[in-house]
Amino acid sequence: MSMSKIEQQGRREFLKKAAIGSAVTIAPGVMLHSLSAEAAPRTEPVTGKVRWGMLVDANKCADGCNDCVAACDKENGLDLVDMPEGADESQWERQRPRWIRQITLKDNLTGRLTHLPMMCQHCEEPPCADVCPTGASFRRADGIVMVDRHICIGCRYCMMACPYKARSFIHAEVAEKLTHTPRGKGCVESCNFCVHRLDNGQTTTACQDACKHQAIVFGDLNDPQSAVSQALKKYPSVAIRDDLKLNPGVRYSNI
Amino acid sequence: MIFLTMALSGLLGLGSAGVSAAEAVEGSAKSDKLEQCVEPTSVMRRNHFEFIKHQRDLTVHEGIRGSKYSLAGCVDCHAKKDSSGKFVPVNEEGQFCDECHDYVAVDLKCFECHATVPREK
Repeated sequence: MSMSKIEQQGRREFLKKAAIGSAVTIAPGVMLHSLSAEAAPRTEPVTGKVRWGMLVDANKCADGCNDCVAACDKENGLDLVDMPEGADESQWERQRPRWIRQITLKDNLTGRLTHLPMMCQHCEEPPCADVCPTGASFRRADGIVMVDRHICIGCRYCMMACPYKARSFIHAEVAEKLTHTPRGKGCVESCNFCVHRLDNGQTTTACQDACKHQAIVFGDLNDPQSAVSQALKKYPSVAIRDDLKLNPGVRYSNI
Repeated sequence: MIFLTMALSGLLGLGSAGVSAAEAVEGSAKSDKLEQCVEPTSVMRRNHFEFIKHQRDLTVHEGIRGSKYSLAGCVDCHAKKDSSGKFVPVNEEGQFCDECHDYVAVDLKCFECHATVPREK
């Protein structure tokens, strides 16, 4: 982070003011700020001053709970994608677009089971963007890794390159789409941290809002005062496949 | 627009052609109550595609969603309702987008991905 002291001070003052009237305590020392009072569509380009990120506490993530996946499906219109005519049902379950997958890990030595949501990890060095032949896969200045569907040719190199199996392909025409999540045949897509919310001034993702166990903390990794930075500072966490040195924006604790 | 509609009707020898066009209620779009679009009508007719094309890059790559031009804005304003109050997709035969694009043989790709009725909520 390369913000000057003065800039930081200004930012803190702003956050302090913004927090008045709408701050929720989610855990001791961890605050969720809602900036809904200032919510307005973004008019300036995103910058690297912000890096969106997430901390998932696998201990809080409950077995059998599907709330984040369902919320994501609804928010991003994934539930509107129908099975293509004549497709095999079991194949469809494996191939249907999913931005979050519920994963269960088992420690073979102890038998301990861990549940966690797996989605695009929003890498600082995204392999999907590296391999994309058209530049459709890209990393936005604020750290969100996305697909520009206007230039995606559907080659699916990115799906092969992603170590997190985070991307989905749309195999057939989609009858019903949401205004904020366009979707069509022949493009790859994945979690975009609910970018339409962030660009319209909101500061939460659908999965975070839906998690009744409060396993997901989302926010600006560059802001030391943000809930996610505070939580990362307080609790031990890991990046999955840290060996690849991708510096993902999504971290996990207790796995 | 009126000219084009007339030309189209003249060519095909029909009223505004298509089943859905007959269902859409004239004057039910938001735009019907407005003086002009985000630019004067003559400018919009000539340049609307330029506006949207540049705006799409700004939105996807730079996150700018408060700009004057947007495809969602077109749909929001220009979609008509049918007699039951349900929106008619703007790309259906005889509707706002299709009306001209069909006449000038523009193969429209926006709505393979984008919503054709105003935003939910």
